[in-house]
Amino acid sequence: MNEPAMQAKLPGNALTTEELKLAQLMVSVLNLEIQAAEIDPTAPLFGDGLGLDSIDVLEVALAISKTYGVKLRSDDEHNQKIFNSLRSLNEHVQQQRGK
Amino acid sequence: MAAIPLIRNFDPGAVFAFRNRRPIRVEEFLGEVRRLADLLPDRRFVVNLCSDRYQFTVGLCAALLRRQVNLLPPNVTPDLLKRLSLEYPDAYCLSDGEVQPPLQIETFLYQPAGNTVSASVPHIPEEQIAVIGFTSGSTGQPTPNPKSWGALAKSGLAEFERLGVAAHGNMSVLGTVPQQHSYGLESTVLMVMQGGLAMHAGRPFFPSDICAELEALPRPRGLVTTPVHLRVLLAEASELPAVDFLLCATAPLSPQLAIEAETRFAAPLHEIYGCTEAGQIAARRPTQTQEWSTLPGVSLHADEKGTWVRGHVDREVLLADVIELRGRNTFLLHGRTADLVNIAGKRTSLSHLNFHLNSVEGVRDGAFVMPEEDDGTVTRLLAFVVAPGLASETIMLALRQRIDPAFLPRPLCFVESLPRNETGKLSRVAVEDLVTRLAAKVG
Repeated sequence: MNEPAMQAKLPGNALTTEELKLAQLMVSVLNLEIQAAEIDPTAPLFGDGLGLDSIDVLEVALAISKTYGVKLRSDDEHNQKIFNSLRSLNEHVQQQRGK
Repeated sequence: MAAIPLIRNFDPGAVFAFRNRRPIRVEEFLGEVRRLADLLPDRRFVVNLCSDRYQFTVGLCAALLRRQVNLLPPNVTPDLLKRLSLEYPDAYCLSDGEVQPPLQIETFLYQPAGNTVSASVPHIPEEQIAVIGFTSGSTGQPTPNPKSWGALAKSGLAEFERLGVAAHGNMSVLGTVPQQHSYGLESTVLMVMQGGLAMHAGRPFFPSDICAELEALPRPRGLVTTPVHLRVLLAEASELPAVDFLLCATAPLSPQLAIEAETRFAAPLHEIYGCTEAGQIAARRPTQTQEWSTLPGVSLHADEKGTWVRGHVDREVLLADVIELRGRNTFLLHGRTADLVNIAGKRTSLSHLNFHLNSVEGVRDGAFVMPEEDDGTVTRLLAFVVAPGLASETIMLALRQRIDPAFLPRPLCFVESLPRNETGKLSRVAVEDLVTRLAAKVG
C-alpha cells in the first residue's frame, strides 16, 4: 500500500481555482499518482517536490498550449522562475493569456 | 600511425557554427581549439559538461590535441560521478558555466575568446583513444566503452555519406539532443566535423524556440531530434519552418508521425540506429521502408547468442535488440530484449535499476517493471518494493542520487512480499498479476 502524502496544508499553500485547474491538467497529462487538490502550489516541480523531469515539461508545455493557447519559450524574462512551482507556472500562464 | 584530420571539406572562411545567431568561421574555430588546448590542465581524463554545442566541440578537440580522453557519462547523478571520480581520479570537468559541475571533481571554466585564427587543421592519430562512453551494467558500476579517434571520425563520415547529406551542401544542423550522448555526439558534432557542415551551438527545448532557431538558420538546414520531441513539435506548432533534412533516433518512430513530419516540414526524414557500445550502425527512410540498411563499413552476423555488429568500433558487439536479418546489410528491428528499457530515448536495463533499488538501506526486496506502452505519452516504470517502515520519499530521494530521473518509478508501490519462485526469479506471469492488482486498486 502507498504511503499517504505527509504535507500539512497551510493557508498560504491553498490552491486558487486557476491553480487547481492547472494542477488537474498536469496530473491528467502526466498520469501522476497524487490528487490535484493535494499538490502544494509552492512546492518545487522538479526534484524533491513533484518530481518532474524534462520529458514532463515538454508534455505539460503541449497541454498548456492546447488548453490555454500559451506557447512557452525559454527566453521569457523570468524563465528560471516559471517552472519553480505550480504557483509560478500558473502566474506565467495567466499573464501570457492576457496578451 | 595513420592520422585523420579533425575536420574535413572546409575552407577557412566557411561557417563552422552559429552561436547566439552569430556565425563563427572555421579559422576562428581552429584558432580557439589551439588556444584552449594550451590552457587545459595537464590531466589524462576530462568530463566535458559544456551545454553549448560549439564550446563542447572546441573542448573535445582541444582535449584530443593534448591527448586527453573525454569521459561521457550518460547522466550526472551524484552516484555515477562519485564512481567515475574513484575510477578516474585524474579526471577534471570542463564547463561553460551553464551546468552546475559536481563538487568533488576539479572544474576548468571555459570562456570562448574568438580572437585567434588558424588555417591549419590538426591531424589526430587514428588509434588515439578519444572518448569513453559509459553504459549501465547490472552491478551498478558503469561499463566503459572506449572509442578511438579513427572510429569516431569514420563513423561521422559514414553517417554523412549514408544519409545523403552531401546533396544539401554545407547544411546547418540544429539538434535538440545533448552532445554528450552517443546520438548527439555522432549526428550533431562528428557528422558536422567530418562532413563540412555547420552546427547550431544551442539546444532549443520548447517547440516555439525550435521553430524560431530553425527560421534563423540559412538554408539548407537540418533538424536532428527524437520521437518525443518531434511529436510535441508537430502537435504544438501550427506553422513549421521548411527544412531540408530531418533525422530522428533513440526510440521507434511511428509511421504516422514520420509521414506527418515529412509532409509538414517538406523534407525527407531519416532514422538512424545505434548504441553507445557500437556507435551508429544503420539508417532508413521510414516513409519508404521498414528495413534498416547498415552504414558504410558496418557488417552484421548472427549466431545463437543474437546479432553481432562489427564496424567503426574496434571490436565486435552483441546487439541488445531483437534483429531479423533480411540480407547481408539489411534487417528489421523487433524491439528490446527483455531486460532493456527505453524511456523517451534514454536506455538502461532492469537489472541495473534493480541493483540500485535493492541497495537502498531499508529495502528488503524490490523490482522495477516496464508496463505495456500505449501510443500516447511516455510510459513510465513501476516499482514494487518490500520496505517496512520506510517512507516513499526516502526511497525516491535515494534513487534520485543514483539513477537518471527519467527512470524514477511512477508509482512506487509498497507490497508485503514479491512473488518470487524457488530460483528467486519473478516470472512474467507473477509480474503481470502484480500490475493487474495494482490497477484494480487504483482504478
